Amino acid sequence: MTTHATTQDAHGHPALQHHFENMEQQREAGTLGMWVFLVTEIMFFGGMFLAYTLYRNQYPAAFASASNHLDITLGAVNTAVLIVSSFTMALAVYFTQTGKLRPQVLCLGLTLVLGLTFLGIKAVEYHDKYEDHLIPGRLIPWNPFNPGVQEEGQPVDHHKLHLLSGKTVKHPIDATVKNVEMFYWIYFAMTGMHALHMIIGAGLLMYLLIFSLRGRFDPEYHSPVEVIGLYWHFVDIVWIFLFPLLYLLGRHYLHG
Amino acid sequence: MSEHIVPVRIYFAIFAALLVGTALTVVAAFFDFPWRLNTVVALTIATVKATLVVLYFMHVRYSTRLVLVIIASALFWMAILFALTLSDYFTRGWLSTQTG
Amino acid sequence: MQPIESFEAPAPPKVNYINAQYGLKSWLLTKDHKRIALLYLVSITFFFFIGGLYALMIRLELLTPQGDFLQSTTYNKVFTQHGIIMIFFFLIPSIPATLGNFLIPMMIGAKDLAFPRINLLSWYIYMLGGVITIYALLAGGVDTGWTFYTPYSSTYSNSYVVATGLGIFINGFSSILTGLNFIVTIHTMRAPGMKWFRMPLFLWSHYATSLIMILGTPVIAITILLLAFERVAKVGIFNPALGGDPVLFQHLFWFYSHPAVYIMVLPSMGVISELIANFSRKNIFGYSFVAFSSIAIAVFGFLVWGHHLFVTPQSVYAGMIFSFLSFAVAIPSAIKVFNWTATLYKSSISYDTPMLYALGFIGLFTVGGMTGLFLASLAVDVHLSDTYFVVAHFHYIMVGGALMGYLGGLHYWWPKISGRMYPEGWGRFSALVIFVGFNLTFLPQFVAGYLGMPRRYHAYPPEFQVFNVLSTAGASILGFGMLIPAIYFVWSMRYGRHAEANPWHLPGLEWRTPSPPPTENFYETPIVTWDAYEFAPREEVEVVGKFRE
Repeated sequence: MTTHATTQDAHGHPALQHHFENMEQQREAGTLGMWVFLVTEIMFFGGMFLAYTLYRNQYPAAFASASNHLDITLGAVNTAVLIVSSFTMALAVYFTQTGKLRPQVLCLGLTLVLGLTFLGIKAVEYHDKYEDHLIPGRLIPWNPFNPGVQEEGQPVDHHKLHLLSGKTVKHPIDATVKNVEMFYWIYFAMTGMHALHMIIGAGLLMYLLIFSLRGRFDPEYHSPVEVIGLYWHFVDIVWIFLFPLLYLLGRHYLHG
Repeated sequence: MSEHIVPVRIYFAIFAALLVGTALTVVAAFFDFPWRLNTVVALTIATVKATLVVLYFMHVRYSTRLVLVIIASALFWMAILFALTLSDYFTRGWLSTQTG
Repeated sequence: MQPIESFEAPAPPKVNYINAQYGLKSWLLTKDHKRIALLYLVSITFFFFIGGLYALMIRLELLTPQGDFLQSTTYNKVFTQHGIIMIFFFLIPSIPATLGNFLIPMMIGAKDLAFPRINLLSWYIYMLGGVITIYALLAGGVDTGWTFYTPYSSTYSNSYVVATGLGIFINGFSSILTGLNFIVTIHTMRAPGMKWFRMPLFLWSHYATSLIMILGTPVIAITILLLAFERVAKVGIFNPALGGDPVLFQHLFWFYSHPAVYIMVLPSMGVISELIANFSRKNIFGYSFVAFSSIAIAVFGFLVWGHHLFVTPQSVYAGMIFSFLSFAVAIPSAIKVFNWTATLYKSSISYDTPMLYALGFIGLFTVGGMTGLFLASLAVDVHLSDTYFVVAHFHYIMVGGALMGYLGGLHYWWPKISGRMYPEGWGRFSALVIFVGFNLTFLPQFVAGYLGMPRRYHAYPPEFQVFNVLSTAGASILGFGMLIPAIYFVWSMRYGRHAEANPWHLPGLEWRTPSPPPTENFYETPIVTWDAYEFAPREEVEVVGKFRE
């Protein structure tokens, strides 16, 4: 694939904006701007991580019980999906820097597909919660939070939390563990906010794809690819922390 | 262009390390460590993974010192939020006249 | 370029940023930071009047001890909305979005901010947040206090909490984007020769303000979202009946809202530095101390929020830490006050309107700051908490401090912004009226609060009436005083004397381009070889204090 030829006219690169002196200054400002924005995102999620820390400390048994009932396979697969997508995003930046359009577009497309895969798996998980009446409070007014009753005839065992598969009663929560709802609002708030950021990221990737296909980016000007890459990696990092904190609590009780 | 182009083999290496880290954290979750070590292990692995992403995928290893200062400031500010708030919660029980 | 007096300003251009393009679309779709600053100027003035109307209703109610003007539920809404409008829609954007937007590129010698379209977006976001909040107010209002304490706000209040919260949440993004723009601009777009320590202190204080904006605002954003989540889903995030902790809300809320007060006052301090140095025609005393103090205030400001939780179940040990840190945060502010005063010493002061506001600031901010120290003392705060002492304290800072700086800066830079001079006589007169009215309004409130009058009450015991009558009288004078500049600024746009490029004869970079400036600010990129407040030796200045003609 040919690299995009830049047309140099009297005003410099066509993508140079009028208030910047040169492309280098524009690129530096764009990168710095995205890093400053990521700082705001760190503080934004930080508030929820603080709430998580406090309530997990206050309700350890409820958190362990509820976490154990999340699907660890789906969670781990999603983690891997995001890691691969970060890899393809980094490659997309690389190919843009080196002017290889087809691999660039391919990698951007892969990143987008992987991101949508993540969202699809998340939708499956949310649907499971809906089926199990685990949407917190009255967020869904006709399906209030109801961890379900203990199965008939089964003794309550705090140290062996049973995971049942099957379509009817999927994952009964040990209903004697109080405040399990606390875990679930935190789960939905944090993963929901994360998913919202993924959706925005998917939109940004679509923009990158469209403009890449139009040949807008080249080795001299690819700042949007870079800074959207930074955003995408950040969203990946949030999930890297969310996964163990939400999915991996209390797993060791299974073999305790 | 003063930009540094990171070779693909480095991206591969980091990618592999991230997948290994994920597998590690899942396996470690099933072991019962004493005290709160489960959490420590999980957060350590997550921090290492995040650091790799920041340094290599986000090119911080090849960026200016200003970017490092920005990241450090964000982490420091989150630390302030945590430390001072937790200083309240963890010391509430110290005074015997205070309940809960 | 040569420094100071011998500089010949270019002739006023026929085309400047105001008349460069005509039509509503050219203003509403502008990318010019100067036009965006004017868009903000109009909007925040509008919100200021709304907040002022609520203030009027408060003071009318409090004229008599009985709650005879408004019902208590209505009164709760009135003071809540006064606070929300004034804080989020006036004070926080005021100086940064108007003077900051206008001047920052000019002071560093740039053509615009780093992200002009994001700048315009931030105004639209501000307007969207404002419209939603006004809708909430008109639909029925919110009665939780601007502090939205839970579980009242999350569970028991029947008012428009979510809608108001949404308006504030959206408005927060405007703040974030402005701060982001300023930080990137100051880092990457300074003209050749404009080193960090050559920058005017106005820029240092706006940089520090921007740090607070980007580090603090996201936390209130998530707090409001969680509050809305609890209210809509009926979960127990902050509701103790469902397992939550209401003190957690206060921690998260004040983590932003305390630094927010520094967002409100730091830009004003930046203006004051400019006014003090320039109107005493002397280099600021201890430039780097003032610069570093701005940063120190921004940093320390994040460490003290627990002093709003002294009378909650917050641990007393945490309270002691916060109390100590609250004392520490007063130090950089005090350093600034000392430096300003030292600047005035043996200088040639000219008592133009901007200088009157600056001098007023120094006195009033000092009173506000010192009364803050009383509140920072754990034991004293138990007595003074939720009384009118607190109300008086923060109004001394917000009005006596932030608003004075805003008005002073508006007068000072008015010739640059509009190309016209305001009438100096009326300017001085209204500054004095505002000063007198302000003190009459809020000084009695210190006494009333100390003697025990609680805040947020629409009825009170009769022994407090004398203070309230004085306060309302003062508020009337204050309101009248603030109407005067509103009138003469508008008047001056048509009938004011035309201003030359450098009407005050000062060395700042913004005075080396015509008034009003062309769209691109400078005809060619300036090369800066002088420090921020380099004045000619006093022997060379012909007449002291009368350099306006």
